[in-house]
Amino acid sequence: MKKLITSMIIAAASIANGGIAMAASAVQLSSDIFVEKTVKHKNGSIATVLEEPTMVVPGDHLVFVVEYKNNGASAAEKFVVTNPMPRAVAFNGTSDGSEIVSVDGGKNWGALSQLKVTNADAESRPALMSDVTHIRWQLNKPLASGSVGKLVFRGIVR
Amino acid sequence: MGMKTETSSFEPFSAGRFLQRATALLALGGATIALAPTAHATGTLAGTDIENIATASYETPGGTIDIPSNKVIIKVDELLDVTVASSDPGDRITSPGAADEVLTFQVTNTGNGNEAFTLTADEAITGDDYDPTLQQVILDSNSNGVYDPGTDDLYVPGTNDPVLAPDESLTVFVVTDTPATVVESDRAEVSLLAEANTGTGSPGDTFSGQGEGGGDAVVGTTGADAVDSGFFVVQAASIELVKTAIIEDPFGGNRPVPGATVTYTLVATVSGSGVLSNVVISDPIPANTDYLAESIVYETVGQTDAADATDESSFNGTVVSTATGDIPAGETRTMSFKVKIQ
Repeated sequence: MKKLITSMIIAAASIANGGIAMAASAVQLSSDIFVEKTVKHKNGSIATVLEEPTMVVPGDHLVFVVEYKNNGASAAEKFVVTNPMPRAVAFNGTSDGSEIVSVDGGKNWGALSQLKVTNADAESRPALMSDVTHIRWQLNKPLASGSVGKLVFRGIVR
Repeated sequence: MGMKTETSSFEPFSAGRFLQRATALLALGGATIALAPTAHATGTLAGTDIENIATASYETPGGTIDIPSNKVIIKVDELLDVTVASSDPGDRITSPGAADEVLTFQVTNTGNGNEAFTLTADEAITGDDYDPTLQQVILDSNSNGVYDPGTDDLYVPGTNDPVLAPDESLTVFVVTDTPATVVESDRAEVSLLAEANTGTGSPGDTFSGQGEGGGDAVVGTTGADAVDSGFFVVQAASIELVKTAIIEDPFGGNRPVPGATVTYTLVATVSGSGVLSNVVISDPIPANTDYLAESIVYETVGQTDAADATDESSFNGTVVSTATGDIPAGETRTMSFKVKIQ
């Protein structure tokens, strides 16, 4: 019970912080990670569910959710979201492929199929999802006041 | 908290998510230091933190603004996995009453954290012909893959359970004696079981907080235990004779024409265990050939045709013969002789 109270207090604090942050930035960004687990229902059917990542081991499939919200009075122009891949996670794609990626730590960007990786002996090969170091979304229109959205990408624990 | 959300109805703004955010902040407040992840065949090491933070930028009349998201930290838990494999290429040949017969196994930690394993040899498996007498389980302390009596450590369960790093392999020797009562072609099975000391069970079973690096320990696909068997077969010494021929014709070729010389080579190989006594290799001269006098060679030494004590071989007019004496198992003897095609 004590732990729950602590959580609530910190949760309240986070709202307060959010309030302060709003003064500086009209747009808010949040990040979440979920882990995919396969669950067998009583009727025998198998479903994939998203759970909190209370337990994660190599090979687990993760779902990263980045949410944004424009709390400001005016539109945010040229809105770009960038998410570096945690090193222990291999990129496993997005549902719509609207992202661009980098395989060299954010120097060069493009669709994965257009990127190449140069290895130690100067030979290059097509980039793989496991080479991705950064993911980026560039919204093609201004983020209107009050609008919300989320960006989802998948990863596998290396 | 136990939030479970179906993919189809995933609702990011649920109350559960609100608490989730609180957890993330709590983790931040704890100032967890991220361990550098190491590339590894078995996967990210247990205890490694996965940290994720997104950033956004946008433009306002006042200039470009950069904002970070909250940071989410999740810890990689320990996967408990192990494999055991017999290293002997086939049945180990043994003989009645033989002592200190060795079977070799490889135990490999295929999990992602350092883990101690309990080893159990089982010599009393049913379904085989006899049970060897278990003497010792030995750890290959000097990692040379060979059992070195007196050098390699005796394994005592619970005392020196080997701790293996992720991907690390250990050679384990199971030493047994063969009962004197066994008979030819009896076969025995001996198994070695390795179990993770943290725990074993069904894949997905969890040992809360017991993982390497502070997370949970999770039973992997192997069940965190593994077993494999090695086999003995009782085999007395047996002999195999292989005969080859090389032809040299009078024209520098190798066609079997009249006048060609044929060199026959007989190789006797003794396998199994023990010694074969008073082995004699003999071969009749083929029809339509003439034996070339004094052409017997035994173990690269030229022989006389006379049946006397000067050497091991003789020719009696129809048959060449070499008395090799005793041949221990694992050794070969080679003799050759020449004939001319009529």
